[in-house]
Amino acid sequence: MIPLSWYLILAAALFCVGVYGVLARRNAIAIIMSLELILNAVNVNLIAFWRYLNPELIAGQTFAIIVLAVAASEAAVGLALIISIYRRRSTVAAEDINLLKW
Amino acid sequence: MTLLQALFLFLAAVTLGAAIMVVTSPRLVHAALWLVLTLAGIAVVFVLLEANFLAAVQVAIYIGAIAILIIFAVMLTRRVMTDSGPQVNRNWWMAALVALLLFVGLLGLLLQAPQLGQATLQPLTNADAQLEDLGLALVDVDRYVLPFEVASVLLLAALIGAIITARPPDPKEVGE
Repeated sequence: MIPLSWYLILAAALFCVGVYGVLARRNAIAIIMSLELILNAVNVNLIAFWRYLNPELIAGQTFAIIVLAVAASEAAVGLALIISIYRRRSTVAAEDINLLKW
Repeated sequence: MTLLQALFLFLAAVTLGAAIMVVTSPRLVHAALWLVLTLAGIAVVFVLLEANFLAAVQVAIYIGAIAILIIFAVMLTRRVMTDSGPQVNRNWWMAALVALLLFVGLLGLLLQAPQLGQATLQPLTNADAQLEDLGLALVDVDRYVLPFEVASVLLLAALIGAIITARPPDPKEVGE
């Protein structure tokens, strides 16, 4: 049997890799990829807890599906924003998009 | 160590390695392909956890839709950001430090929870009935119909927003 903590450690490591990507990458598309990693780590946690602690209650799977829907909307809107910015300013580097920066 | 545990360790190593390549790979197209490998690894994790429906959804939505969308976006914007320049901030070491500290903190939190070790795997009684229950729970007024509807409205709003945002700019605006 695989202990529950192994899944949680995998999810924590994936989450931290994603956090590093969001903070360190310059390209906005790479930042969105790292965000997907973070959301996936959360899903692994949700499903692991569902399977080990309360498999007859379906809430874990339900909320994993909601997280998936949120991830899909986030990717669609984020990439649309990036393409729009690219059209107007010809850049996708996060530090060059500073119009709203104080 | 059983065969299943060895399989899990191998799977975790592949998934984590691919995830690290996603955030470090200097070429964005390669990073997107590593992302596909990571997502596939997570789909196999879902299979190990006997969430077969979610594994299928993961393959269909993440690998089939989101990864392809990201690859298209990389190709649409690749002229400006050549793959030769630096791909990380000047402060990347600070980001690495934050991620490392976060991981150590989460690990410490996990080790402090004694009831985690006692969680045992009960065999699923009836996987088919469970899938049916999942479908019913999403439309049952007493259960999760509200999050389900909120998610569907969010998806619709995101789709309309994405179409409007990504439209080509008006010729009048371009001059500014």
